[in-house]
Formats: sequence, structure tokens, C-alpha cells
Amino acid sequence: MTTLETQNLTIRFGGHVAVNAVSCAFRPGELTAIVGPNGAGKTTYFNLISGQLRPSEGSVLFDGQDITNLSAPLRTRAGLGRAFQLTNLFPNLSVEENVRLAVQAHSGTQYDMLRPWRTRRDLIERADAILDSVALGARRDVAATALSHGDQRKLEVALMMALQPKVYMFDEPTAGMSVDEVPVVLDLIARLKNDASKIILLVEHKMDVVRSLADRIIVLHNGQLVADGKPAEVIASPIVQEAYLGIAPGKNAA
Amino acid sequence: MIILSGDPPRSRALSILLIAIIVALAAVPFLFPGAKAMNVASKICIFAALVASYDLLLGYTGTVSFAHTMFYGIGSYAIAIALYGMGPSWAAIAVGIAVGLPLAALLALGIGLFSLRVEAIFFAMITLAVASAFLVLASQLSWLTGGEDGRSFQLPELLRPGTVFVKDFFGVSINGRTLTYYIVFFASAAMILGLLRVVNSPFGRVLQAVRENRFRAEALGYRTVFHLTYANCLAAVVAASAGVLNAMWLRYAGPDTSLSFAIMLDILLMVVIGGMGTMYGAVIGAAVFILAQNYLQALMGVASNAAAEAGLPLLPGLLHPDRWLLWLGLLFVASVYFFPTGIVGRLRGVTRPKS
Repeated sequence: MTTLETQNLTIRFGGHVAVNAVSCAFRPGELTAIVGPNGAGKTTYFNLISGQLRPSEGSVLFDGQDITNLSAPLRTRAGLGRAFQLTNLFPNLSVEENVRLAVQAHSGTQYDMLRPWRTRRDLIERADAILDSVALGARRDVAATALSHGDQRKLEVALMMALQPKVYMFDEPTAGMSVDEVPVVLDLIARLKNDASKIILLVEHKMDVVRSLADRIIVLHNGQLVADGKPAEVIASPIVQEAYLGIAPGKNAA
Repeated sequence: MIILSGDPPRSRALSILLIAIIVALAAVPFLFPGAKAMNVASKICIFAALVASYDLLLGYTGTVSFAHTMFYGIGSYAIAIALYGMGPSWAAIAVGIAVGLPLAALLALGIGLFSLRVEAIFFAMITLAVASAFLVLASQLSWLTGGEDGRSFQLPELLRPGTVFVKDFFGVSINGRTLTYYIVFFASAAMILGLLRVVNSPFGRVLQAVRENRFRAEALGYRTVFHLTYANCLAAVVAASAGVLNAMWLRYAGPDTSLSFAIMLDILLMVVIGGMGTMYGAVIGAAVFILAQNYLQALMGVASNAAAEAGLPLLPGLLHPDRWLLWLGLLFVASVYFFPTGIVGRLRGVTRPKS
């Protein structure tokens, strides 16, 4: 069973404590939304889990192993998948190649120098299937940089899907998307929830999205974990009303 | 080439140009058997391979190295010292290769693991420092390298001009020099084809991913320091092999023919003129650059005299052969300005990608 836990996770940048002693365990089959105001440390918390940053204190445990000192590529190989908040693609490579590279990363061919890459049809076909699942199949031959913002966000998600991770980490997957594009990504996430062995983490500002998808919400405020529980309870709790929402429940906080 | 790599030239004009260059190079000993033409042709072959190996770094991974001539020099000196010390035998050539290529690979491995972890600029500075140190070392250890004078040596009997195989083949003598030329030609071709294969392998695709967005490549699970280091080693081995060919052709190795930073600049220019990240560009860049370097001066002499005879003002002075460097420089400025993606990029009709 996949387990992911952070213990006393802390990172300081100079005098600023961006993430402050966050201890939290995530369970498979559960979608946990991480909410909090801008600057609360949500993305930094993600960076600590996926290995882009190393903590000042505390540790990250994955499948019972301490992975605090593992590099980002090794954590990805271990099964932590990450989609980034700021779109992070291979801009001048084709859409298909972007996804194919993600598929290839776990095919055992990354150091193969002698075979033409096209001979691995299976990798290309898997990439195409993933592109179809995010409704980008028709755009597979254009450069990633030529995609619209919304399509780039979808491609970002497609890259993570291609990794077939045990843990999916979505960092504001629908940010900046037009209204009609949002459902594609939400459907995708909802479908992932059907697999009870996966852990899904979601940083999201849109409260309606959080409410419809999340099984659990944790709230970060000034780097500290201030609330943790079922969506209805957390949203209703006074500390969240005060610290984060500052509004009556039922309205968007974005 | 296409069968080997699955990466066709993707342009009819480019294919024709490549075939023309390759056929011309293959036919040089019969068409232009003179010493000058043979020297230019072999230099084109050797530099095509050398530039292709540099393209693997600069064009495919986006890594700037200043140590490429050092690896070229290691190959040159290894073969020169072996042949000088052991006498002109095939065993000496084998020893030179057996010492030179692994030495280049080891050094590249060391530099790579040490400095490719971090920012690209650090790697550039380290290679610059190591290459400078190596240049000083090569000119100071005169008991081994011959210092500034370098080492002249003799090739095995079979490869000498005096060894005549066919005295009169349609008016051309086929001798040891011809054989040496074809060794250079086929060895260079094999290296370029090998590199073409590598850049179109799964490994080669990761290199492009690193160039595009290293952070993302890592987040996909690629441990990019290894990819970069392997590419660095491979480039070093090919550069050292080109150095071996260079020394064998010149029967000499010295700082000016293999280690100097002027050569490093030439390599950079050839990559850029040919087209970065294309491999084919190496062949075209080397051919254009070396032809211009060798024949522009003569061409200008003719033009200058013609202008003088026609009584034109100013032109004879401007076109005087002594001004050839000025024109060479202008030619490069123009080519970079008009072909920002190199000749190959231009022929393929792609515009400069947004960074």
C-alpha cells in the first residue's frame, strides 16, 4: 500500500519560514486538497515533497522509506508524479514528443544510444493515447509553445499521467483556463480517483472545484498546517473562515 | 544515413548539397591530386567529425564547452608521441589510440561529474580552465611533447607517399598518401554516422529534453547529470579520434594545429554556420568554412587584379588578398545574420525557435 507522510517538515529562506513543521499523512484512494492564501507555502510544500527543494528540518516518508535526501529524478522514479503550477514543458518539442519523453522515462531506454527512438512504436502509441485522454490528440504535431494556455495546462497534466505515478500532485491544474476547458481536467482527476491505490494531492484556489473533488482538505497558513478534515467541516471551521476564506462559505475564493 | 538514424535531411536542397560534398570529398584524390587540395579535403573530413561531436554538446544538450580542442589535442599528441617514441609501426598507432581515447574519455568523465551537476556557466568556466592548463602543460613538457615545436613523426611504410600502389591510374598515382586520405575519409564518415545514430536514439531525445528544459527533464525522472556526462565523454572520444586522424594526416602534432583556442573558435563558427542541433550542419559548416579559409584569399587576388586592370577605383585595394580576413569576417557576420538557424535550418525552412 502506498503511503506518503511528512514529519515536522520545515524550510527556511533566510529568516522567512516558508513551511513550518508540517506533519501530515496521506492515504491512498483519497484526494487531499491543499488550500490556503497566496504565499501560504502550498507550492513550497509540494516542492519539498517532490524533491525540488530540500527541507531545513523534518523528513518525507514514502512507502515507509525516508526519501528526504533523494533527488527529484529519483523521487519521480520511485512514484511521485508532479504537475507544475507554472507551465513547465519542453517548449520547442512537439506535443507528442513532450509526452513521449515522459513515457520513455520509465521504459528502461533512457541510456539506449544505439537504437532509433522511432523503433519503439509502443512508446509513441502510449503517448498518443494519453494525449487523446486529455483531448490534445489533434494537436500532437505542433510545438508545445504554440499551444494555448489552457492546452499547455492540459499537456502539463498529460506529462504527469504518462509517468503512471503512485502519487499525483496537481498544482492548480485549472489556473488560467477558460471555463469550457476546466471540465476536461476535472474529469481526468475524478477518473483518477477511481483507482483506490493512488494518492492524489491537489493545490487549488477554486472552492467549488475543491468541494466537488476533495475527500479531505488541509489548510496552510503562513507555512503552518492550521486545519485538516472533511471538506464540509474544514470550510465551516472558524479558523479557516478567519485565516483563509474571509468570506461566507459558498463563494469562490479565487 | 536515413536507414542508420531514421532522421532524413528533410530537405531536397540539403540532400543534394550533402551528396555533392560527400562525392566531391570521395573523388578529391582523383580529381585534384595536388597537395593543397588533398590537405583541404582531409581537413574538411576531420573537422566535419570534430564539429559534429561538438554539435552533440552545444546543439543537442545546450552545453557550452571550451575544452573540445583539448580532447582533439589529446588524440593528436597520443598518436604523435607513440609514433615518435616507438618508431613508425602499426603497434605504435594502436598504442596511441589505446592510450589517447580512454584518456580523453576519463578526463571528460571527471570534468562532467564534477561540473555538470550545476549551472551551465560553471561547466563552461571549468572547461576553459582545464583546457588552458592543458595547453600550458603541453608546451612546457617539452621532453614529452616537443614543446612549442611539437612532434614530427613518420607513418608506417604503407601510409607513406613513397609507397606506390598504382603508378598511373588515369594519370593519377595511387600511393600511401591516397590510402591515408581514405582512412581519414571513412573514419570521419563513420564517426558522423555514429553520432547521427546517437542523437536519434532514446538517449539523444533525452539530450534535447535537457536542452529544452533541464528542470522538467529531472522532474520526469531523468537523472540528467548522467546523460550530460555520457554525451560529454562521447564527444570527447570522437574529438580525440579526429585528433588522431589530424596528426596522422599532418605527420605532426603541435599546439597550433590541435590545441589552440583559434581552433576552438573555428569549431564554434562551423557549428553555428552549419546549423546547431542538426548533425548534418557539421558537414556543411566544415566544408563552407574551410573552403572559404583556404580559397578566399586566392579568389580575392584574382578579383583584385581584374579590378585593377579594369581601372576601377578603390576596389583593387578592398579586394587585395591581404584583406581576406576582413571579408571572411564579413561573410560570417552575414551568414549568422541571414541564417540564424544555420545553413541546414535555412534549407529546412525553419525559423529560429523562440527561446
